[in-house]
Amino acid sequence: MNTINKERDDLETLLPWHAAGTLNRRDAERVEKALANDRELLRRFNLAREELNETIHLNETLGAPSARAMEKLFAAIDAEPARKPKVSFDLAGRLAGFIASFSPRTLALAAAAGALAIVLQAGVITTGLIRHEAGTEVASRQDTAARTEMASADVSDGTLAAIRFAPKADVGQITAFLLANKASMIDGPLTGGIYTIRLPESGKAKEDHIKQMQAQSAIVDFIATKQ
Amino acid sequence: MQVLFARHHVRVYRFVLRLVRDESTAEDLISEVFLDVWRQAGRFEGRSAVSTWLLAIARFKALSALRRRPDEELDEEAVAGIEDPSDTPETALEKKDKSAIIRKCLTGLSAEHREIIDLVYYHEKSVEEVALIVGIPENTVKTRMFYARKRLAELLKAEGIERGWP
Repeated sequence: MNTINKERDDLETLLPWHAAGTLNRRDAERVEKALANDRELLRRFNLAREELNETIHLNETLGAPSARAMEKLFAAIDAEPARKPKVSFDLAGRLAGFIASFSPRTLALAAAAGALAIVLQAGVITTGLIRHEAGTEVASRQDTAARTEMASADVSDGTLAAIRFAPKADVGQITAFLLANKASMIDGPLTGGIYTIRLPESGKAKEDHIKQMQAQSAIVDFIATKQ
Repeated sequence: MQVLFARHHVRVYRFVLRLVRDESTAEDLISEVFLDVWRQAGRFEGRSAVSTWLLAIARFKALSALRRRPDEELDEEAVAGIEDPSDTPETALEKKDKSAIIRKCLTGLSAEHREIIDLVYYHEKSVEEVALIVGIPENTVKTRMFYARKRLAELLKAEGIERGWP
């Protein structure tokens, strides 16, 4: 009985993250399974969703910082001293001096020991590579499949667009433009200075929105829908 | 830096603003956050999302700012008490909808509870990420979130909304 209660308490603490969609797959499945069979837990989950909605609403009404924050930042960056190249410690010179301090006999013995160690190490590495070759191939294939799956999931909602900003548009204009269009930057810069942005709508509404954005040539150099 | 700033500065600003409750201070702090990022870019190891790294720096800056002006920090009791004393829970319900009351109570939480609620619900941070940002163990993250929600339920009850939990 205690075990059942502990499991339920544990699941209940996870409800806020489940509402936000940030649980890992294993925990999300545990919670989903419990919600399907527990009406009280489902009711509490709905309370968490209510809190989530109002927290988002509250934060979204906080507005954005003025241009002063950005101006202050870039003024501070401009005022920073130029970064110095890394100081060289003349490692080769120090090593040469260190080796020169040994007698020829000591050096000969050290060199022989070093050569033996290299031969042994090569043997161990070769054996290891042969044993693990098959396993690495399987892992690599799985990794490629997972990346393909993630990429598909990322673009499947139809709200993405590819955009290149006008060369003369500054960060303030770009920020205001993204805010005004309720767009968020997802990726970039890619080849050719292209960024991926997410728009609040998909389908025909997105196409119309993109046309409106394209008209703002002072900021937008190029924009197109991205599937 | 411009792209990084454009992408993240609004959310970082809101996170800081919810902690320090002063727009001017929040603006100054986000400038400092991104300046630190510019200076320390080489130290970012990519073990966490950039936004998690930014929020951790922002949190440190915000708490330092709060420590410099402890008298100005409102505690949850003070904020929870900001209402018309003639309002009974019933009349309050008549005047405001439930959503507005929940938002008022979210504002009335302590800084520690506001912070965790925002990180989980608004900034969409996982248990592990919240632990990284706040610098506490993952189990403590879950416990703190539970107590933040419990406190929220108490504030709602005082406003006439009984949720039957916890």
